Amino acid sequence: MHIGIDVGGTNTDAVLMNGVHVLAGVKHSTTPDVTSGIVQAIEDLRTGHEFVGSDIDAVMIGTTHFINALVQAKRLAPTAALRLGLPATKALPPLVDWPEDLIEAISGKSYLAHGGYEFDGRPISPLDPGELRAHAADMKAAGIRSVAISSVFSPVNHDLEVEAGRIVAEELGPDVAISLSHEIGRIGLLERENATIINAALRELASEIVDGLTTAVRAQGIDAPIFLSQNDGTLMDEDYVRLYPVATFASGPTNSMRGAALTSGLETCAVVDVGGTTTDVGLLMNGFPRETSNEVKVAGIRTNFRMPDVLSLGIGGGSIVDTETGEVGPESVGYRLTTEALVFGGSTLTATDIAVAAGRADIGDASKVAHLDSAFVERVLARIAERVSEAVDRMRTSPEPIPVVAVGGGSILLPEHLELFGAVRRPENYAVANAIGASIAQVGGEIDKVYAIEPGRREEAIAAVRAEAIDKAVAAGAKPSSVEIVDFDEVPIPYLPGNATRIRVKAVGDLDMGA
Amino acid sequence: MTWQLRSVDLPDLARGATLLGTGGGGDPYIGKMLVERVLGERSITILDPAELDDDLFVIPTAQMGAPTVMIEKIPAGTEPTLALRTLEEHLGKRADATMPIECGGINSMIPLIVAAETGLPVVDADGMGRAFPELSMETFAVYGVHGSPLALAGERGEQVIIDTGDDDRQMEWLARGITIRLGGVGHIAEYAMSGADVKRTAVPRTISMALALGRAIRLAREANRSPFEAIADTLAPTLYSHMRELFAGKVTDVERRTTEGFAKGRAIISPLDPTVEGRFEITFQNENLIARHDGAVVAIVPDLICVVDYESAEPITTEGLRYGQRVRVLGISTPDMMRTPDALAAFGPAAFGIAEPFVPVESHDRT
Repeated sequence: MHIGIDVGGTNTDAVLMNGVHVLAGVKHSTTPDVTSGIVQAIEDLRTGHEFVGSDIDAVMIGTTHFINALVQAKRLAPTAALRLGLPATKALPPLVDWPEDLIEAISGKSYLAHGGYEFDGRPISPLDPGELRAHAADMKAAGIRSVAISSVFSPVNHDLEVEAGRIVAEELGPDVAISLSHEIGRIGLLERENATIINAALRELASEIVDGLTTAVRAQGIDAPIFLSQNDGTLMDEDYVRLYPVATFASGPTNSMRGAALTSGLETCAVVDVGGTTTDVGLLMNGFPRETSNEVKVAGIRTNFRMPDVLSLGIGGGSIVDTETGEVGPESVGYRLTTEALVFGGSTLTATDIAVAAGRADIGDASKVAHLDSAFVERVLARIAERVSEAVDRMRTSPEPIPVVAVGGGSILLPEHLELFGAVRRPENYAVANAIGASIAQVGGEIDKVYAIEPGRREEAIAAVRAEAIDKAVAAGAKPSSVEIVDFDEVPIPYLPGNATRIRVKAVGDLDMGA
Repeated sequence: MTWQLRSVDLPDLARGATLLGTGGGGDPYIGKMLVERVLGERSITILDPAELDDDLFVIPTAQMGAPTVMIEKIPAGTEPTLALRTLEEHLGKRADATMPIECGGINSMIPLIVAAETGLPVVDADGMGRAFPELSMETFAVYGVHGSPLALAGERGEQVIIDTGDDDRQMEWLARGITIRLGGVGHIAEYAMSGADVKRTAVPRTISMALALGRAIRLAREANRSPFEAIADTLAPTLYSHMRELFAGKVTDVERRTTEGFAKGRAIISPLDPTVEGRFEITFQNENLIARHDGAVVAIVPDLICVVDYESAEPITTEGLRYGQRVRVLGISTPDMMRTPDALAAFGPAAFGIAEPFVPVESHDRT
C-alpha cells in the first residue's frame, strides 16, 4: 500500500492506494502549518481503511509551498547568482530581468566570472579560481547563504559549473547551498539561470519543509520513503527535493490531470477540468502532461523549466450567461454562485442555471429556471460544447482521435458526446484526483542538450542520448525493466555547421518500491 | 520627419519586426533587452531617409549567425559598436549615422544598441525590407552599393576586415566562416554609404513601419478590435500597401531539416472546418518562401508571407510552428524596388532555387 497526499492552497487531499486502487480518500482544508494537515490526513485515512505503519511502502506528496513562497516573496534565502561566460554575456548580467521587490526579497547579488563554452564545446575562456575565490569572499561578507551557478552552454558541457561549485563551496563552507544550472534548466541562458536562482533561494525552505513532512509521517509510525511530485508528474525523493525544490512548482495541475487519467484508465487523453470560473484543458501523452515549449513567467520572472501546457477558457459553473446572445463568460459570479445564481434564488443567469434547466444537474431549486426557453438553453450548451471541443482540438498534437476526460464541479456543463471526440468520460473519485495523481509512482530522467551530429551517425548519436536518459531514470530510482522513453524531440539549429541539433529525451519508469 | 524612439516603444517595435521577419530573422527579445539596458530613460534620434544630406556618411550595423546561440551566449555588449569603430578606422572616416541592413527580427535592434551607446542617429530604412538568410540579399547591393569592406567583431575584442570588392556573395561566405569560429554569432558593420546612396538604394521607413505595426496590433487587441484590420490599415499608406489573408486554418504538419546550415522545411495548414476541402502549404528556408493553396502559388518571395495567431495576430516564427496552432497566413506586397529583375535575381524565387516565377501577391486576388 502507499499514500498520496496533495497539499493545495485551499484543500489537502489524501488517498490510501493499493496499486492503482483507491482504498480510502479524504479531503479537508489545508492548515497553515504543513505538518498538522498531513497528520490529520493520515489519521483520517486510517479511519477509512485500517492499516499499520509497516503496511505502507511509500508516501507521495504534492505541494504548492515552494511556488507560494516565491509568489509571496517570503522565507527566501539570501542568494548570489554567479555566471561563467566572460567576456561574453556582460551586457545582461544575472538578475537583469527580475522585479526589484524579488531581488530585495532574496537580497540578490550578481557576479560575472570567466569560463563557459561555445555551442561546439570549445571553451570561451578558462576558469579563473582566484576570481571565483574573490567573488566567494564578497558573498561571504554579504551574508549569502545560497549560490546559483550558471555557465554558457552548460547543457553542452557542464564541467565548469561543477568545478566552480567546488571552489565556491571551499570558500563558503558546507552550510551554503550550491545550485548548478545544468541540473535545472535547458538551453536559454537567462531563463535557465533564473530557474536556478529561484531554486537557490528556496533551498533553506526546502530543508525545513522536508524535515517537517518527514517528522509528520514518521510520527504516524510510517518508515517508508517519502517522495514529492515534480512538475512533469514524476517523483523525487526527499534528498532530491532538498537540492531541487523548484522542480515541484507546477505539480498541482499535473497531479490533477494525472489523477483524472488514472481513474479513467487512460494513458493518452485530453483532460477538461471545469471549475467555477475557468475550464482548463490539458493533454496527457503516455500518462504525462504535455509541456509548454515556450518561456513561462513565474512571479514576473522568465524561466524555461518544465511546466504542463494548459489552455484556459473563461467558462465555468459560475460563468455569467448573456440573456440576449447566449454567450458564456468570461465574467463569473465565482464563490457567490450559491447566492447569485437563479437556482439559489439570486438574479444572475449563470452556466449552472443552464445545466439545471437542461436537466443535467440537480442543484438548488430547479423551479427557478423552469421559465427559461428550452431552445435558448440548448443553444448555450451547444456553444459551450463547441468552444470546449475547439480547445481540445487545439491542444492535441496529431489528427488522431483522442478520448476526453471531464472532471471538476463544472463538468456538468459538458455534453455526453463531443463532436470530433465521441463520448466524454467522467471518472469516479474525482474529488481526490490530485492525491491520486500524486500517488502515481513513477520516476524519470530528462536530457536536453545540443549535439554536433556527424553525417551518417545520427542513429548512433540518438541511441547514446536515449541511453543517457534511461540511466538517469534508473539513477532516480526506476526499476530498470520498466523504463521507457516517453518523449523525444529533435530540432536542428540553423546557421551552424556539423548539423548542430538540439535533442530532448525523457525516460520514465516505475518506482522500485522493493516489493 | 525626424523623431525620437524611447524604451517604451521597444516591445511594439519587436512585435512589428517579428512580423516583418516573415518567420525568420531571430527573436528580438534579447536584442530588445540589450537596447533597454543601454538606453535607459534617454531616446534615440530616428532620421527620415528623404531628409538626409546627400553627403551624410552612414554605416549600417547588424549581427549575423545563429539566433539560437544568442539566447545562450549573450553578447558582451561591446561588439556592435566595436564593429562600427573597426570599419570607421579602416575607412578613415567617422559615421554620421547607423542604419539596419534588415528590418525583420533581431537585426531591427542592433543599430539601436549602437545608437544608444554612441549617440549616433539611426536612419529609418534598411536593405532587406524584411528578413533574408544572407548578407548579400540587399537592395543596397542590387542598386550598386556593395557590402565590402565589412568589419566583424567578437566579444573578446576580435576585429576582422573582409574586402571582396564587388563580390557580395564571397563576402557573405567568408564572414559566415569567421562567425562560426567566433562561436556562431558575429557583429558586423558593412554597406557603408552616403545619404544620396541611402535615398537611391534603401527600403525607406521600415523602422517606423515596424513600430506602427506592432503598436496597431497591440492597440487593436486592447480595444477588442480586429488586429488584422489594424495591420491592413497600417500598411495601406506605406510602400507595402497590399495585405490580404491568404488562408486561415490549423497547422496539421510541420517538417524540418537542416541543410547547408539553413533550417528548411514546410508546414501544412488545413481548414478549421474538417468538412471543407483545402490544403495550404508553406515552404521555408529560415524565412517563409512560398505559399501554395491547393497546389497553386498564392504568394512567393520576396513578398511577405507571415504566419500569425488566429485571434491575437501575434507573429509566429518557423521555429515556433507546431501542430494544432490556429493561424492566419497574411500575404503582404513588397515595394516595387524589391521586385525589379535585378532585385529578383538577388532575392527572388530563383535565388532560393525555386522554379516558379515571381508573381505579385496582389495579382493572385480572387474576387
